[in-house]
Amino acid sequence: MQQKNIVTLENVCVDFGPERVLNDFTLSIKDKEFVTLLGPSGCGKTTTLRLIAGFLEPSEGKILFDGKDMTGVPPYKRQVNTIFQRYALFPHLNVYENIAFGLRVKKTKEKEIDSKVRQILKTVNLSGFENRDVSHLSGGQQQRVAIARALVNEPKVLLLDEPLSALDLKLRKDMQVELKNMQRETGITFVFVTHDQEEALSMSDTVVVMDNGVIQQIGTPEDIYNEPINAFVADFIGESNIIDGIMLEDYKVLLDDVVFECVDKGFEKNEAVDVVIRPEDVDVVAPEKGMLQATVTAVTFKGVHFEIIADVNGFKWMIQSTDISYVGDNIGLYIEPDAFHIMKKSAYSGMFGDYSTFSDEIEQLSDVNFGEIEGNADE
Amino acid sequence: MKKFLSKVYVAFIFLFLYAPIAVLVVFSFNNSKSRSVWHGFTMKWYAELFRDEAIISAFGTTLLVSLLAAVIATLIGTMAAIGFKYMRKTPRTVLMQVNNIPMLNPEIVTGVSLMLLFVYVGRVLGGVELSFGTLLLAHITFNVPYVILNVMPKLKQMDSHLYEAALDLGCKPAQAFFKVVLHEILPGIVSGFIMAFTLSFDDFVISYFTSGAKSQTLSIIIYAMTRKRISPKINALSTIMFVVVFVLLLIVNLRKSKDNTTTKKKQKGMVKL
Repeated sequence: MQQKNIVTLENVCVDFGPERVLNDFTLSIKDKEFVTLLGPSGCGKTTTLRLIAGFLEPSEGKILFDGKDMTGVPPYKRQVNTIFQRYALFPHLNVYENIAFGLRVKKTKEKEIDSKVRQILKTVNLSGFENRDVSHLSGGQQQRVAIARALVNEPKVLLLDEPLSALDLKLRKDMQVELKNMQRETGITFVFVTHDQEEALSMSDTVVVMDNGVIQQIGTPEDIYNEPINAFVADFIGESNIIDGIMLEDYKVLLDDVVFECVDKGFEKNEAVDVVIRPEDVDVVAPEKGMLQATVTAVTFKGVHFEIIADVNGFKWMIQSTDISYVGDNIGLYIEPDAFHIMKKSAYSGMFGDYSTFSDEIEQLSDVNFGEIEGNADE
Repeated sequence: MKKFLSKVYVAFIFLFLYAPIAVLVVFSFNNSKSRSVWHGFTMKWYAELFRDEAIISAFGTTLLVSLLAAVIATLIGTMAAIGFKYMRKTPRTVLMQVNNIPMLNPEIVTGVSLMLLFVYVGRVLGGVELSFGTLLLAHITFNVPYVILNVMPKLKQMDSHLYEAALDLGCKPAQAFFKVVLHEILPGIVSGFIMAFTLSFDDFVISYFTSGAKSQTLSIIIYAMTRKRISPKINALSTIMFVVVFVLLLIVNLRKSKDNTTTKKKQKGMVKL
């Protein structure tokens, strides 16, 4: 992978009236990279995308393309193309004309347009759909037309604003793979916006986790998952038990009055810390063999594993185990030293990582609302 | 029985609504000056109508003022509607309310106030008096709100990302408007235009106050005719005006219902996905 930066945002701030929606945002995107902006709705990820596309100007800071200042340059002069959340295909044009739109605006020769459009239709598996009316296509097909319409212009950067959120789960998984392959084949830089952490982890080279208009962490999917920087990231990416602990010395952490061995170091003596333990890293053993004793309060069958909520001294842990336990069982918990991840205290400490109020229903509800809220925010 | 009664009821409503017009239309073909006795079919009143120079010239004035007012109001109204769309919510709601007031305002108030304004401005500037120009200005004024009212829903229905998508694909703002946005809101613009034309064509009250002696419209002529001697020519002229307005409104409504069915079809299509 080349190390050249294709898009750079330097200390960018955006204000909507009195509200600051993006604060001191600095991000470098490398050429041919798949970058994902990940965060809950209203975190400023779509705003960031609109800044790069040129639909929005920063209140402060600079945006560079290939090292050149692009602040104030209108969208039609930028070498980026966008795939909108609801595709925004032109209803009065058929599939062919939708895709040819960008080329026609640039006054490309008819012969060249024809060969390019047919080529890209083949790439997105829509050959033979040239004369179809776009409103008669299925969601997945509309999605492909939107991708073709953007890619046919051979942009340097492709911006994707939650492009998969309107598709059903199965189609979404297929499109994830297809998009990733397309990105690899074309070598175009993708900047992808999503609130779906799984999507972000499985597709990206780099993930940018955002909240409240501030970047929380930038890293590879592995880094973000294994070494979250604070309680927000740990909670947003996958499931986490986040427990107050005290770092006694290097490699020794105290939590729930038990001293555990861990692999982290470099903290002050007796520094208060947040300790992250992923549910899949906790082994359920017989009570006497456990490092911690717990009582099972809820069990849910998830297919691959059981999701067990267990009470440890009043703090509810989530454990994922392939062995069944029953509500009321006394169990022991065993944790390997490398399963502990120690984080410095942050503004998010104490807000996440306790499963005492955990409910599947609430999670699902908030998922459904995401799309709608994002959609409304644009208007 | 219930069904039968409801049909009778509807029939009565339409009878009362259209009876006066029906009488007018029938008697425009009556071979006599009588307004109560039928003396056989004739087209002579229509023939006479087209020989009357005052009426022909008034027809010319009416057509010209309606067309010009409709075209100009459509331009102004469309631009205003687009401006409204991109405003913040509060000023937009306020302006839409302001836009609605002239439509609810009694025509006579609009007419008199416009006349007073024209006379006042004429006196200040000197030399400007009530004429075709003031008539046209008055017509544009009362047409604009109706155009806005027709274009706004189309703009609301439009996916606001379409404009951005066009910019994204290399269009300058004006190009994006003509290549994409215009196609989306064209039905609203056309409806607005026809509506404006219809309103101008059959307006009497406002025209009466704002036109000068040399720029009489058809409805003013009809009014003047009823005050002198009643001629069945009025019936013929009124019939023609009724038919013109009726046809135009029919077009507007058919367009709207067609539009509704296509959007419904589209929605159904979306559900299937």
